[in-house]
Formats: sequence, structure tokens, C-alpha cells
Amino acid sequence: MIESRVTLNTEVSKDGVLTITISGRLDSTSTGNIWQGVIDALERASSKRVVVDTSEIDYCDGTGIGLLVEIQRRQKKTGSKLEISGLRDEYQKLLDFFDPLEFEESRPEKSRKTNLTEEVGRATFSVWDNIRSQVAFLGELVAALYLAARNPTVVRWKDAFLIAETAGVNAFPIVALISFLIGLIMAFQAAIPMKQFGAEIFVADLIALSTLRELGPLMTAIVMAGRTSSAFAAELGTMKVNEEVDALTTMGLDPVRFLVLTRVIATLFMMPLITIFANLFGILGGSVVLLSMGYPLNTYIDRIIQSADYVDLLGGLLKSLAFGLIVAGIGCSHGLRTRTGASAVGDSTTKAVVSGIIMIILTDGLFSVVYFYLGI
Amino acid sequence: MNTESETIIHVESLTVAYEDTVVIDNISFEVRKGEVFVILGGSGCGKSTLLKQMIGLYSPAAGRILIDGQDIVSAEGDERLRILRKIGVMYQSSALFGSMALFENVRLPLEEFTNLNSAAMDLIVLMKLKLVGLKGFENHMPSELSGGMQKRAAIARAMVLDPQILFLDEPSAGLDPITSAELDQLIISLAHNLKITFVIVTHELPSIYSIADRVIMLDKRVKKIVADGRPQDLRDKSDNQWVRQFFKREVTSNVS
Repeated sequence: MIESRVTLNTEVSKDGVLTITISGRLDSTSTGNIWQGVIDALERASSKRVVVDTSEIDYCDGTGIGLLVEIQRRQKKTGSKLEISGLRDEYQKLLDFFDPLEFEESRPEKSRKTNLTEEVGRATFSVWDNIRSQVAFLGELVAALYLAARNPTVVRWKDAFLIAETAGVNAFPIVALISFLIGLIMAFQAAIPMKQFGAEIFVADLIALSTLRELGPLMTAIVMAGRTSSAFAAELGTMKVNEEVDALTTMGLDPVRFLVLTRVIATLFMMPLITIFANLFGILGGSVVLLSMGYPLNTYIDRIIQSADYVDLLGGLLKSLAFGLIVAGIGCSHGLRTRTGASAVGDSTTKAVVSGIIMIILTDGLFSVVYFYLGI
Repeated sequence: MNTESETIIHVESLTVAYEDTVVIDNISFEVRKGEVFVILGGSGCGKSTLLKQMIGLYSPAAGRILIDGQDIVSAEGDERLRILRKIGVMYQSSALFGSMALFENVRLPLEEFTNLNSAAMDLIVLMKLKLVGLKGFENHMPSELSGGMQKRAAIARAMVLDPQILFLDEPSAGLDPITSAELDQLIISLAHNLKITFVIVTHELPSIYSIADRVIMLDKRVKKIVADGRPQDLRDKSDNQWVRQFFKREVTSNVS
């Protein structure tokens, strides 16, 4: 802090005149030291006449002028006489710029009173608006995918490959680690009670079926929602804030085809591939537990092959395709609906991850029901 | 306009480079207290870069920048904070905090650096907003303000602690001529009455004629200062043809 010295003297004369003498440097650092003292003196004396002697002020900045305005404001309110004496011309000019009565209230509040009915109405409208824009976005996306299927040259394949690398290949280590640990933990938790019945070898069945059908695709999708969907939302959101999306539109380029299509295609390609690795690492995690219990690797592999078949694997991979569409689609959709400001990008990212995970779980449930009725 | 000749900023043998690319090559100049000092030059000549060096955001490749006698480049900790309290900056993009209303944006430095009570802070904020013509917009979010209003809000925030030096990066850009002229008047008035020193990067020639006490011109071809003086003198009497053309807005193949 810069050292600034200011002194305050207050005196009430016999005839009731309050004299406030301020001397020294009245700036943003020092004014706070005497502000309350001045206000207290004014309130205590409640004099009909106040004289503020400023002749010994060496320097006065905007904050110092603020104190003088506050004195004027209080005196005008009470109708008392005020004399500010000895103020240098340059400060007087600045003081004259402000009408004290303009600052009656410290801060005018926004009239923003709403009742419960209005809030419910607004929230409902917001949900409805959200659903409408999601449906509209889905329509645009399907149209763009249809166009791309009929004419693959409309896709910017170079961008798609780059995105496949950053959003897919680079996600491989984290997906592999999480799948391995989940396989290991699940096998460990299951092996202890199953051992009591001498059924610990069936841990292999548990791991194979749950990983291929459920956990492999689901965990991959959840990691991708946290990693890739949020990245898409942040990237497109920043582009929206920087008016880059508007620039594309005015150039006659459809943002959905230009930005979303490449991301969706890249994610659709990468999701099943990463899911296969997630399955492999989940099963490897389970093998660690059984190997440590003394079973040979061959026995573990045999049980896996006997308990699970290609239908389980392909069923899981089909789900991963749907999850890929959700991860990329929701991330891009929230990115493109970003409002202005830095916090808006954060909002979009959060919404993308939260709604992405909810949609993934709901879709997973839907697949379970469908597979049950199909006897898969 | 300039009444005192005391130097407040010394730039000594400053060289600015991005990796191996030299943008500004060994320049020196001084800014005097209370002066409205304008940095001028063609696009890409390093004006904004120079400003960012002067406010200590980047370290130069060589040279020193003294603010009120203290080197902002080498200062650290409390010493750096003391120097930063002497300056206020308005960025080209305004850089208002998007998650805060205008009132909170301007109030933030007061909350962090002064011991004023809450009502006093409110009053100071309203006074600053009145100074820049934004009283009545306290509750607006930055995204609800026009580009020109955002700039004025950024000036209010930059000067809320009454710094000795205000750095303004392209203050008039995006403002209509009347608002721009009002802003010029505000700058003149603050320089006059509060003895604030202004360092301004701008292209706006009408503004420069009305506010600048002194102008330096950077030329990206030589990476040096090619002119230094009053704008009227540079326009009419400069030895450098490019400088005269710049001020007269004459288009020739030499003008970059």
C-alpha cells in the first residue's frame, strides 16, 4: 500500500457551527480512514451550519471528492447550510461536476420481484424451449448426416481425422485405466463372497458379461462425456462468443455441417474402437484377481469364451455407437447455444456434461429393455 | 495542457521480440506527468505490444521501463503491487468481468484495495459511472451494454482507484463521433483537474488532435520511433514524409 497521510479535526463552536478541517493527502488510500469520522461528526453535531476547511489539502483525487459530495448530500438532505472553504480551483471544478442529490440512494435496485407462478411459468417455458431447440438440432444433424452419407465429399475429412485423434485416441489412456481398475475392483469384491461357495471361478463369467454388455460401453461413454463432450461444448461455445459461428453463417457455411458433422462422425468412429479397448482392459483387470487366487490364465480365458459370445460384444458396441452420437451431439448442441460472456462457456460445458450423462444412462436403460424383449 | 515537466515514465533502450522476431528495436522515450501521450503507428507496428510492456504484462527482450522511478519489469511482490496501484488500464476489448454487473465490475478494486465503508464505495462507483456517462446502467451486465458503453465502463473501472497514469488501448474504437468527442473531453478534464497522465494507443486522428499533448509514431519497417512531438507539428513540419502522409491520411504506395 502507498502511505498516505490525512488528518481530520472537528470542532463545534459556541454558536453551533461545526467546523471540519481536513489536511494532507485525500486519496483512495487515505480517504477511508476519515470517512466514518466525518459522517459521525455530522450526525453527532447535527448543526444548522457546517464549514469544511479544505485549505490544507495537498492533494485530492476522485475518492476525496466523493467524501465532499457525501457531505454535501447529507447537508442538502437536512437543509443545513454548508460552506466548503479553501478548495483549490481544479478540485472545485470536479466537485461542481456532481449534483449531490443525484446520489440519493447508494445503488438503485433492479425491480425484479417475481412470484411463484411467474417463476414456474418461466422455468416451464425454458424447459420447453430447451426441448424444442434440441429437437431442431437433432433434425439438422440427421439432415447433415444423411447428406454426408449420400455425398461423403461434403465432410471435411481432414478435420474429422484430427478430431478423432484429439477426442478419441488421446482419450485411450484414461479409458483404459478406468476400465482396468473397475474390472479389478469388481472381480475383487465379487471373489470374496463367491469363494465361500467355491464359486470364485465364476467371477470370470461376471466380468465378461458385465464388461462386454454394460460396463465397457457405459464407462467409456461417461468418460467421453466428461472429456470430449465438454471439450466440444467449450470449443464451439468460445467460437460462438467470438462470433466465429456468425462468420461461418454469413459466409453461407452451415455451422452444423462445418463444425458439428465432423465431430459427430469422428466420435461415432472412435467410440466402438475405444469401447473394444475398454472391454479388453476390464477383462485384464479381472484376470489379475483370479491369477492372484492361483487360477491359470488359460482357465480364465476359457471361462470368458464359454460365458460370453459375439452377440454380447456386438450388443455393447451397438450401444457405444448410440452413446457416441449423444456425447458429440449434446456437446456440440450446447456449444452452439452458448450465450455471450466467459461464464456462458462454463454454463454450456456444465450442461453438456450433465445432460450428456443423463441421456447416456437413459439410453442404456432403453437398450436393456429392448435387448430383453429381443432375447439378447 | 501540460503544466509540469516532471517525468513519470521512462522507457530506456527497450527491445521487444516474439522469440526471434524483433517487433520494437531499441527505443527510448519519456512521458511527463499530466501529459496526454499518444502512441501512434500503422497496423501491426507493435503499439498495443508496447503498451502491454509498459503495464508489466510482458517482459521485454532488453531495456527498462520505469514507472515513477520504479522498474516495472524487475519489480516483484509488494513493490510490483505499489507500482500497479499507480496505473489503471483500459483494454481494447474492455475486459469487463462477464459474470458481474457493471456496478460490481467498477466496485471490485475498491473492495480489494481500500478501507472505505460499503456506502462510501457505492457513492464512489456511482460518481465514476456519472463521470463516464453510465449512471443508470449500474445493474446491467456487460453483455447487455453496447461496445462503446463497455469501453466507458472499462475506463470507469480503470480509474476507480484514481491512479496517476491511465493506459487506454484504442479507447475511441467503436464509438460514435459524439460519444468519442465526449470521451475526449473526459480525458482532457481528468488530465487537467486530476493531473492524471494518459498513455493512449489510438488511430483516431480527430481524437489525437483534440487530446494529445505529445505523440510518438512507430514505424514497423524500421521498428523504431520515427516521430515525436505535438500532432499539429508532426503533420505540418515533420521531416519524415510518411509521418506527414499518415497525419494527412494520404494514400500512397509508401504507406503501410
